[in-house]
Amino acid sequence: MEPTATDYSHINGWGIDADPNNEPTYPLKNYTGDDHQRLNWERPPQQVQTVEILHSNERPNLTAVFGTSSPPSGLSGVIRRFAFRFSESEYGHWLPLLLADRVNVVEGIVDDLAHGHIPNIFAEKGWKADWKHNRAGLVQNVVIGVAATALVFAFINRNKKETAFTRLKKTISN
Amino acid sequence: MLAMNYRGPFRVRAAQKPYPEILHPGDAIVRVTRSCICGSDLHLYHGLVPDTRVGMTFGHEFIGVVEEIGSSVQNLSVGDNVIVPFNVACGKCAFCKQGLFGNCHESNPEATAVGGIFGYSHTAGGYDGGQAEFVRVPYADVGPTIIPDWMDHDDAVLLTDVVPTGYQAAEMGGIKKGDTVVVFGAGPVGIMAAKSAWLFGAGRVIVIDHLEYRLDFVKKYAQCEAYNFRSMEDPVLFIKKTTDWFGADVCIDAVGGDAAGSALQTITGRKLMIQAGSATALHWAINSVKKGGIVSIVGVYGPTDNLVPIGNVVNKGITIRANQASVKRLLPRLIDHIQAGRLNPKEIITHRVPLEEVSDAYHIFSAKLDNCIKPILIPPSARQ
Repeated sequence: MEPTATDYSHINGWGIDADPNNEPTYPLKNYTGDDHQRLNWERPPQQVQTVEILHSNERPNLTAVFGTSSPPSGLSGVIRRFAFRFSESEYGHWLPLLLADRVNVVEGIVDDLAHGHIPNIFAEKGWKADWKHNRAGLVQNVVIGVAATALVFAFINRNKKETAFTRLKKTISN
Repeated sequence: MLAMNYRGPFRVRAAQKPYPEILHPGDAIVRVTRSCICGSDLHLYHGLVPDTRVGMTFGHEFIGVVEEIGSSVQNLSVGDNVIVPFNVACGKCAFCKQGLFGNCHESNPEATAVGGIFGYSHTAGGYDGGQAEFVRVPYADVGPTIIPDWMDHDDAVLLTDVVPTGYQAAEMGGIKKGDTVVVFGAGPVGIMAAKSAWLFGAGRVIVIDHLEYRLDFVKKYAQCEAYNFRSMEDPVLFIKKTTDWFGADVCIDAVGGDAAGSALQTITGRKLMIQAGSATALHWAINSVKKGGIVSIVGVYGPTDNLVPIGNVVNKGITIRANQASVKRLLPRLIDHIQAGRLNPKEIITHRVPLEEVSDAYHIFSAKLDNCIKPILIPPSARQ
């Protein structure tokens, strides 16, 4: 038996949007057939391009409006331009973009320093919030980080000592 | 002006930026009075979305006051308080005419698979977002909606994304009266999806997550069942058992690419990024729904590939419906629901943070510290 609003009287508005005729529902709900006209709608005025905008090769033009934040620049920009030679269906598009994002992080730090700003990476990572709400976790992370760094240095120095020792041995034998 | 500034994965700061300009006759400049950090902003913050550039300002959930309008804007005036949907939509293309405002073809040159979204990488159009004092809003006659006088602005800011996305998740589920609806994810969108499922006549609503404080919240807020998948051996088996070995009628993925719960998915999707995020929730949704059932996806994934049991989709005859929320289409109905007290979004706000402390706000939300469910950012100019 179909449930009724009485069964759910404790829930304000139960079933108020139920509509047995709501098929197909969204996203096909308001299908108009206009899409058979393809791209032939009346386009909004075109925004003037004042910075470099990369556009997908799956469309013929720029959209009528677009964002102008952070235009491509530097090495990351070169990689992004390369990526846009490939369609959105290709790894050749997305993987270089991810690489460009990581390169861009380094460029960001260099840019900060070039402008006389030393980035406070701890503050940017929200460590103040960690200190307030997750002190034990923060301390644990710092201890693990310091221990890992110490191990790496110890390993490198061990290799150096061995190299020096090897050289000394070589010198003596000569 | 002050704005959030992305510096790299897990690194953001508040910094000065130039005041935005009118770049198109249909633009408006909005002075932001509140903005939110969305769960999908965390995908950007974690470095999962390709073409997220250093220096960009995030933020697609914001409201504010119209400061300037372009020469062709007719529906807004300077001084109007507006809800700005997260979709940048022209209102003229074939997709917008069908109400597919999340799929506008005149707002994102960088990708054809998604329309323009404020502050959501160049893959979504390269627009600076609303986690700032001011923001440029294109197509100002189409998206922005004037906030009714009676509406609390904390409710209004949640109408820009989280409420419509949760509601549309339930709508796309094609819920029939009496259906059992399982929502994967007790984040803000999952909470709203659970609440909305009742409006469509669900007979039973079950939420699955692993954060106890969120499960406690959703159980009370959405008057639903809530279970921790860490306490069960296999969530799919749990759903089968609790539905008389049948499967749920409708499953909703309200998590997306940051899902926990599977080591394989986490390592390949979130750590190594060799798939477009961790598809654990979607995997469970497909396997938990009944034969012939419906899976509704509003969780956000990256643009490449994901490991999901597509063979089961075929063999079970599942219908999958998915889309970015079409905010403008849903606003009139959702405003009605808030006025009638059927939805009360502002109750999910747990943190109000000055924009200057945006780094801490992101970290608190990302690391799920201090029982955070929904943080909102208040710019300095809105606090005066």
